[in-house]
Amino acid sequence: MKLLSARIKNKNSVTARAMLGVMGGVFAVGLLVGVANAEQAAIPLLKAPGDITDQASLQRGAQLYINNCLGCHGLKYERYDSIAQGIGITDEAGNVLDKVVKDNLLFTGDKITDPIVTAMATTDAEKWFGTAPPDLTLVARVRGKDWLYTYLKSFYHDPSKPWGTNNLVFPDVAMPHVLVSLQGIQEPRYVKASVAGSGSGASAAGSVAEAGGGTTEKAVIQSLELVIPGTMTLEQYDHAVADLVNFLSYVAEPVQVKRQHTGALVLVFLGIFLVFSYLLKREYWKDVHH
Amino acid sequence: MGSIVEWIDVRYPMTKMWREHLSEYYAPKNFNIWYFFGSLALVMLVNQLITGIWLTMSYNPSAAGAFASVEYIMRDVSWGWLIRYMHSTGASFFFIVVYLHMFRGFLYGSYRKPRELLWLVGMFIFLCLMAEAFFGYLLPWGNMSFWGAQVITSLFSAIPYIGDGLVEWIRGDYNISGVTLNRFFALHVVLVPLVFVGCVGIHILALHHVGSNNPDGIEIKQHKNSQGIPLDGIPFHPYYTVKDLFGLAVFLIIFFAVVFFAPDLGGYFLEAPNFQPADPLKTPEHIAPVWYMTPYYAMLRAVPDKLLGVMVMGASIGVLFFLPWLDCSPVKSIRYKGWITKTALSLFVISFFTLGYLGMQPPTSGKTLLAQVCTIIYFAYFLLMPIYSKLDKTKPVPDRVR
Amino acid sequence: MEVNATDLERRKFLTLATSVIGGVGIGLASVPFISSWLPSAQAKALGAPVEIDISKIAEGQKIKVAWRGQPVFIVHRSPAVLNSLAGMDPMLRDPNSDESQQPQYAHNEYRSIKEQILVLVGICTHLGCVPLYKPERDSVEAGWQGGFFCPCHGSKYDMAGRVYKGVPAPKNLPVPPYRYVNDKILMIGTDT
Repeated sequence: MKLLSARIKNKNSVTARAMLGVMGGVFAVGLLVGVANAEQAAIPLLKAPGDITDQASLQRGAQLYINNCLGCHGLKYERYDSIAQGIGITDEAGNVLDKVVKDNLLFTGDKITDPIVTAMATTDAEKWFGTAPPDLTLVARVRGKDWLYTYLKSFYHDPSKPWGTNNLVFPDVAMPHVLVSLQGIQEPRYVKASVAGSGSGASAAGSVAEAGGGTTEKAVIQSLELVIPGTMTLEQYDHAVADLVNFLSYVAEPVQVKRQHTGALVLVFLGIFLVFSYLLKREYWKDVHH
Repeated sequence: MGSIVEWIDVRYPMTKMWREHLSEYYAPKNFNIWYFFGSLALVMLVNQLITGIWLTMSYNPSAAGAFASVEYIMRDVSWGWLIRYMHSTGASFFFIVVYLHMFRGFLYGSYRKPRELLWLVGMFIFLCLMAEAFFGYLLPWGNMSFWGAQVITSLFSAIPYIGDGLVEWIRGDYNISGVTLNRFFALHVVLVPLVFVGCVGIHILALHHVGSNNPDGIEIKQHKNSQGIPLDGIPFHPYYTVKDLFGLAVFLIIFFAVVFFAPDLGGYFLEAPNFQPADPLKTPEHIAPVWYMTPYYAMLRAVPDKLLGVMVMGASIGVLFFLPWLDCSPVKSIRYKGWITKTALSLFVISFFTLGYLGMQPPTSGKTLLAQVCTIIYFAYFLLMPIYSKLDKTKPVPDRVR
Repeated sequence: MEVNATDLERRKFLTLATSVIGGVGIGLASVPFISSWLPSAQAKALGAPVEIDISKIAEGQKIKVAWRGQPVFIVHRSPAVLNSLAGMDPMLRDPNSDESQQPQYAHNEYRSIKEQILVLVGICTHLGCVPLYKPERDSVEAGWQGGFFCPCHGSKYDMAGRVYKGVPAPKNLPVPPYRYVNDKILMIGTDT
């Protein structure tokens, strides 16, 4: 019987917080921005670790999703029981453990066979956020794992935004930093860069300083630094995000592992067919080539 | 068993057809790899028909339900994911196979007399294929489906006077909507397939009437034995049925490797933005057609004027209809043509691939210039052909195939 | 084109072998297409067992719920009705329900798990209409003791859903699989 993971322990103490605060530039997330022509050039994406066959990871990811994301983002093309089946919340016979699902993943009045729908009404969402939070069943196929992983690690403090945060990967995103209690608060570290061409509109990343003539001096974000830690260490947060992204990657196409297994069998069969069809062809074509 | 055959033969020319088209249809014995793609195209047609029909069993052709029904097929329908991937991969492979099939025609002069009509029917089938792909692409009702259809249908507004009305008539609404979706569904599932299958029948009958060409461009019917059988001919069955079966095995391995291991093919067979539902208020970052239409799209964008661009794009396919009359070379096959033709064909191929690549990219001034150059090379291959095909040195064509 | 005897044997073998492998391939390839016709996960979800609270059904009352697109009747029978069931036997085509469709736990004189609560699939075994619940005496004909009456072709059933003789319907109304979650809750559609 698969067990769901234990809760993440809060390791931080007052001393640890102080140390982290002091160690300024050391724990930067290391997102260096290409300082070329653009205002804020495309962020090089971090590689999302994660193995879709790791069911423990998928289960942790599922739990994170239900607890942190489902309030706004649905997974409406999947059902609770089909997800449970796919990520291993089953007994030896392969039946879904209804009680485990209801205790850990299903907190609404929905049935276990219902689609995973968010409770937030679209009209309310549009009022609160300006745009309805999108359903995330397929987001891993739209954006890719690496984008999602980097996105969830790239929120930073920005007092000019309504929720107080902005994101390097998705500038001016309407989504607040939902996982801030886990990750903590990052501050952007700017660097002056010469940008070709006259200054265009204000960049979300920093201030524009006219330098006259053909170039503009702009402050662009070079890296993000954790200044107020959350309940997870950097490493724990990375793992948690990896689990969540792994889960989303699974949900986008639950059949992917089965697809590859079936494919291997099909190709082996076709290989056998190839051999025989070749021998047959060669045998008959002896007539033609004498 | 024999008497059942006799009973049928009195009432239907079954044995006669078997002999005429298979066991006594004499095809040249020197077919090479380029001659696999006709039978493979037929296989792809059958694949699209069967997987397509099965998809319509679960698909919902309404704006509200289409996108969700595709996910229903992918997740809830038993083996639905495989049927879907076979269909989407099949569409791309159909184009790969058909392009290679057409290219064989370029190489060996398969469009030359007496096969001009065969070529014209084939070109019409190619138009059907593009229409079928265009209509089919709207059906998943993803964001790229929507915007691709919006852009391509709006091209018709370039036509003077009737343009705007025509666009509205095609869409059935003021914008691409569920009305458009429903009618494209009918066209994609019923009308175009019927026309397509009919034309494939005519195509094969036209071929069998004159007999197949071959890599040497020699007419094998000119040298027959005392029984009237071409000396360089072999019966299609069993020799080419058995050879095509082998070709099919190789092809299926490649096809299913993609289906099972890379159905998205890096976003070229299944585009990432199309995993988002259609949103009339939000355009994807880059709108591009699927890869098999990008060469023509690149030509459209290369021309700075909207109407002229549409006309150039149309002409890029239209010029192919004239190919049998543009090629004035005394020989059919590139094996016996000179360096001018070989260079022209190579340039054509390079420009076609380049245009295909450029059609996928967002336009820049440099890329647009390159697209313009390639468009000119593309048209030059055809429009200058009457001149260079006569100028080019040719080698003597042997009497019998190699 | 001359072929000698051994070549022919080899050809026959290779043709047979390739055909067999090809045939197996076609057979395997047809599995996804045939399988896709099985009820999808969505159909299974929609056809999942239905939970009903029966605590509020008054004596003599019938409620109707939907399960797998079918009407299911739940009737709260009084002790008097239960007592009258044995006396109905001579008028019935299959009084012991030997030819009718019900789970083994409903194959008894009351055709139910608990005597007072009757669960039936409300589809006439003649041609599929939904019978009317007629509990009142003499409401269908003189001497009517209560039961179900199908308006389409006049089939009659008693208060255990058993079919009368001389009516078009051949079998008793079916009993679906069901079980008691607890005294108040019935789960229709499954025994487990």
